[in-house]
Amino acid sequence: MQGILTDIFPNLMSKWPDFIKSIHDTFIMVIWAGGVGFVFGLSFGIILTVTKPGGVLENRPLFQFLDKITNLFRSIPFIILLTAVMPLTRVIMGTAIGVPGAIVPLVLGSVPFFTRQVQSALAQTDEGLIEAAESMGCSPWEIITRVYLRESIGPLARATTITAISLLGLTAMAGAVGAGGLGDFAIRYGHDRNMQDITWATVIVLVVAVSIVQITGDTIAKKNTH
Amino acid sequence: MIELTDIVKTFQAGAKQVDALRNVSLTIEDGEIFGIIGFSGAGKSTLVRCINLLGRPTSGSVKIDGTDLMTLSSKELREERKKIGMIFQHFNLMPSRTVFGNVAFPLKGSGLSGEEIQKKVRKLLSLVDLSDKENAYPSELSGGQKQRVAIARSLANDPKILLSDEATSALDPQTTSSILQLLKKLNRELGITIVVITHEMEVIKEICNRVAVMEDGAVVELGDVFDVFADPKHSLTKNFIRTTSNLSKIEQMVADGVPGVTPEKGEVLAKLSYRQKDVSEPLISTTAKEFSLDINIILADVEIVGGAPIGGTVVILHGDSARIDEAVKYLRNKNVGVEVIKDARNPY
Ligand SMILES: Nc1ncnc2c1ncn2[C@@H]1O[C@H](COP(=O)(O)OP(=O)(O)OP(=O)(O)O)[C@@H](O)[C@H]1O
Ligand SMILES: [Mg+2]
Repeated sequence: MQGILTDIFPNLMSKWPDFIKSIHDTFIMVIWAGGVGFVFGLSFGIILTVTKPGGVLENRPLFQFLDKITNLFRSIPFIILLTAVMPLTRVIMGTAIGVPGAIVPLVLGSVPFFTRQVQSALAQTDEGLIEAAESMGCSPWEIITRVYLRESIGPLARATTITAISLLGLTAMAGAVGAGGLGDFAIRYGHDRNMQDITWATVIVLVVAVSIVQITGDTIAKKNTH
Repeated sequence: MIELTDIVKTFQAGAKQVDALRNVSLTIEDGEIFGIIGFSGAGKSTLVRCINLLGRPTSGSVKIDGTDLMTLSSKELREERKKIGMIFQHFNLMPSRTVFGNVAFPLKGSGLSGEEIQKKVRKLLSLVDLSDKENAYPSELSGGQKQRVAIARSLANDPKILLSDEATSALDPQTTSSILQLLKKLNRELGITIVVITHEMEVIKEICNRVAVMEDGAVVELGDVFDVFADPKHSLTKNFIRTTSNLSKIEQMVADGVPGVTPEKGEVLAKLSYRQKDVSEPLISTTAKEFSLDINIILADVEIVGGAPIGGTVVILHGDSARIDEAVKYLRNKNVGVEVIKDARNPY
């Protein structure tokens, strides 16, 4: 077994500890940036949904502000964001490099995207359901939790899947600030030193990761669609 | 008792202003089934949404059992809304919840234990005849069944009032009838006040005690269903009634020259409509004898509205010209509406 692997992936086997570490780094970045981004994106998506004109907590100034900010951040290419927010990163994380240094730009890069995804998932909720809930004496908070969120589990699972996968892509670029991770690993060895087997191994790991995310998301979405 | 006083509702649609309600005042008594009819855009939904303040009137007052809803805090208003059930044209059931989950939805926070909720939901489902569908999802139900679930849900907090906004408009006639019978039963057995919005006179005829006819944001006619049917004042009301009565077909038949409905020379084609609650006298045969006329009934349509027979006949009167005039006068004196559709006595 060991022999066969060494034959197919000669360079990978020699960089095995590095390989494991880069998987670990990517995993850490996705979990942290994803976790924080999920909370923010979900909150912003909900706020946009309920404060929109005609929403249950209509608030034009707040809606306009959040809407504009979301658009602004969505239009900044991630590679620029990565370096542009370094001062902010230093304030929040104490450092602007390495895995901790990548978390802030990753959050900033994925939150606006996820916010829009959440917004469009919640927008699929039939207005009639909101009206019915209001007529039953539900508070705005109950409408958010018991109608918007509860009735959108399927679309939200899909939105999360898409965002998680795109986040995985963003982490590859985070290598630019020395964050490590699979993308960095592939470029450093696979590209710079022309170690083809390392490139392939990275691709295989990413395909497996994406598939796991996708299958999980699809399963949740399917379970909650009637 | 629901008291709506001087309700005005204005929508701002861009630069244009829409007066959806222009000074509407209505009082709906406890335990009645009150109908609101009007064409699309008349303001029916806007008006009914004022009753539970889903839409706040621009001005006016909304009182329920003396409580002015407009002065309540949002928390108090939510408590008040729990006592006002509402059902909708498109049912508005939560697709991710089962029938049980939908009916139990409004019971959260009611202080009932899980066991009590289960008991209550089962009771409501048996009330609407859907005990066997407890675990079904809305997508697995027919339109009529969905509306029954929605009705059960609207009754969960034992409301005193049930608002129905076109609840039968998406249903076929037979299902409509069964839902209307259910509403009637709820009114009878629970004493719940029901406000029914519709654009079908059939619905009004079948279950309402009183009716308001709306046009362009105003109530143009209001009264007991029987009186309104027997003697509609406003042209819009007449239009609505025409849609439900077979007698109105006569005009079309005459226009189309259908054989048998065209009076011969010297004859009069007339529509007789009964306006009194007691049509016990054999009016037609009495008139025929009294004035030595032949009265030929070519169409008759009598039905029960508001618990009393209503309708009339289309007849051809044959006989002496002067006697026909006298007969018409006699019938009018007996409070029978006589509408001469075609008079073939005078040479053209
Ligand atoms: N949110 C709104 N914004 C602007 N105009 C509105 C709004 N809601 C209703 N209107 C207008 O108010 C008027 C009355 O509407 P409403 O929905 O009460 O009519 P309706 O009698 O219920 O009609 P339908 O039978 O079609 O339901 C219409 O002219 C409608 O265009
Ligand atoms: Mg309407």
